[in-house]
Amino acid sequence: MSDEKFNTGRRKILKTLSGIGAASLMGGFGLGSAWAASKKVKMGFIYVGPRDDYGYNQSHFEGKSSLAKLDWVKAVDEENVPETIEVVKTMESMINLDGAQVLFPTSFGYFDPHILKVAKKYPDVTFLHCGGLWDASKHPKNVGSYFGYIDEPMYLAGVVAGHMSKTGKLGYVAAIPIPQVLRNINSFTLGARSINPAITTNVVFTGGWANPVKEAESANSMADQGVDVLTCHVDSPKVVIQTAEKRGIFSVGYHTNQAVLAPKGFLTGGEWNWSKVYADYAEMIKTGKKIPNLVRGGLKEGIVKLSPYGKVVSDKAKADADASLKKFMDGSMVIYQGPIKDNTGKEVIPAGKSYSQTDIWLESMDWMVEGVIGTTKG
Amino acid sequence: MFKLLESLLIPIAALVLSLVLFSVFIWFSGTNAFEVLGAIYRGAFGSWFSWQNTLVRSAPLMLTALCTALPARIGLINIGGEGAMVVGGVFATLVGISINGMPPFIVISAMVLAGMLTAGMWIGMVGALKHFRNVNETISSLLLNYIAIAIMSYLVLGPMRDPATLNNPSSFHIGVANMIGNIGESSIHGGLIFGLVVCLVLWILMRYTTFGFSVDVIGGNIRAAQISGLPVGKLILITCFLGGAAAGIAGVIEVAAVQGRANLSLNSGYGYAGILVAFLARHNPLAIIPVAILLGGIRASSGLLQRGFDLPDATTMVLQGIIFIVILASEFMYGRIKWLQPRVATHA
Repeated sequence: MSDEKFNTGRRKILKTLSGIGAASLMGGFGLGSAWAASKKVKMGFIYVGPRDDYGYNQSHFEGKSSLAKLDWVKAVDEENVPETIEVVKTMESMINLDGAQVLFPTSFGYFDPHILKVAKKYPDVTFLHCGGLWDASKHPKNVGSYFGYIDEPMYLAGVVAGHMSKTGKLGYVAAIPIPQVLRNINSFTLGARSINPAITTNVVFTGGWANPVKEAESANSMADQGVDVLTCHVDSPKVVIQTAEKRGIFSVGYHTNQAVLAPKGFLTGGEWNWSKVYADYAEMIKTGKKIPNLVRGGLKEGIVKLSPYGKVVSDKAKADADASLKKFMDGSMVIYQGPIKDNTGKEVIPAGKSYSQTDIWLESMDWMVEGVIGTTKG
Repeated sequence: MFKLLESLLIPIAALVLSLVLFSVFIWFSGTNAFEVLGAIYRGAFGSWFSWQNTLVRSAPLMLTALCTALPARIGLINIGGEGAMVVGGVFATLVGISINGMPPFIVISAMVLAGMLTAGMWIGMVGALKHFRNVNETISSLLLNYIAIAIMSYLVLGPMRDPATLNNPSSFHIGVANMIGNIGESSIHGGLIFGLVVCLVLWILMRYTTFGFSVDVIGGNIRAAQISGLPVGKLILITCFLGGAAAGIAGVIEVAAVQGRANLSLNSGYGYAGILVAFLARHNPLAIIPVAILLGGIRASSGLLQRGFDLPDATTMVLQGIIFIVILASEFMYGRIKWLQPRVATHA
């Protein structure tokens, strides 16, 4: 008897359970579809780290947040999305549940294979990747890439650093020796050497984009060696800038404005201006204009900018940096103008030869300019 | 019977309590807790899409959890799953690249074998250091994680690097033909099957064999095990090897089913998340399966919370943390709830 009772009970439970299952399967997501139906430009942003990292991810979050003032745009975002199958799921979720028309997965590692895979599956959605180099012969038409020549403001920061350094030793805490990082190191050093040809830049590669412990160690060890201007290229410059401030030396920011982290020693820095880039893309989608597959630009195009000078920056340094800034703005400035030697003494750009910023050759840079102390080999 | 009931009821009660505590937290942050819990359910298990999202995230967690769970059975707190996964992934890639061109079945099998062997030896080192040199296994396994990541960085940025991968340095590709595909029509890759099978096999091993029994004896009382003549050292090494090998498979899957190459994305925290899964599952390989799915679901729902409620990703971390602490605290309850204890006939 008790057996029978148990059985009916179990059957009932099973029935109820399957009912719940079916209802939820059909019901889908009430949440996303609510605004997926509205007539707005829908954009999705994906960051590999936290929104408030004072660095790369925050720069994109600030760009996304600035879209809030356009009432015809609906932008959603997700932070801390690893470069694994998880980003694939996040992209699909933004497309299917939020009706995103254009996605901005902003980390380098999202591109191959993740974006390429999802883009093939959703040909009507546009995928714009920050940092990649779109190639018409290899990549789908609904994929594009955008990036800025942030080495331009870093060159200007180098000019300022060249003026401000008393020891003639600059320090660069960098993640890994890839072209984008090397280009910043080189432009920064060239800027500094345009003021003081004897100046050197110490480089330490930490081996990863977010290695706060190693970043602090490198910053401290460079301060010990007499470096008096410190800058970096990692996801979050926070640790390096704060360490520099604590050690009483100057700092040059990167990605976003870090002046608040170093009220005494902050000189200036290279910043992204994604709010302009993202507003432009939103406008293109609204008006139905074709979105270019490859977008590049520097100070002149407004994709990057120079952080406001800190209080300590001398008038002479400001004047020289402003003069170079003017040349960038009128298009007459060329950073990579021969003769340029690398730090092993080999001539990489002969006299008379010059590479303008748009030159793709610069995007495969694997050398460091004379005056840089360090090696790109592990 | 009572034991089973107890081991089901206590975790479920702990889970419910965690959700209540989490709701209070959400309430304080000014959001409707019921809506948030509803969204977590929808994002994790509310539709087929969500289920796939959840399952695909749970696959690596099952494997890395075993890396903590097995050594824990023998009394070692090993947190080296992250490093084992990285080592397994990198060396499997090395093998995959070298024999690319052979039939895919052979390539994949060789990769799985290479990943298991290298990662197994990696955690085997933790066991050896503990047994022969009495080095604290938690510290050594944590430090080995950093060494593993450094070895990977060296190989991926150096000898194994495909020069065409400019700004995202990666190894050469293992070959599209050698990739592990999806299960049927779903978007879940074959890694889930590996996760389920390995959990099952190790559960049977731990529950129904002399080996598993001996391991539990050593974990329970190492002195008693030594006195009764169990080969303690050998068993520690084998258990650590098995745990490492499981995490190694996670690394192989990450390369062979997802990335196609080894790169810095191999180090994305699955090893650390696995520690949480192992503890929640009380180091039972079978219980790891539902717990990994639960945690995969919580991770899958994070996106919905961020996009639907403007809550930070940390919200799901808070939920994970609350569950972790409440479940650990609930260990105290085992054997203390009267009506859950078997009624032993007492004769005066």
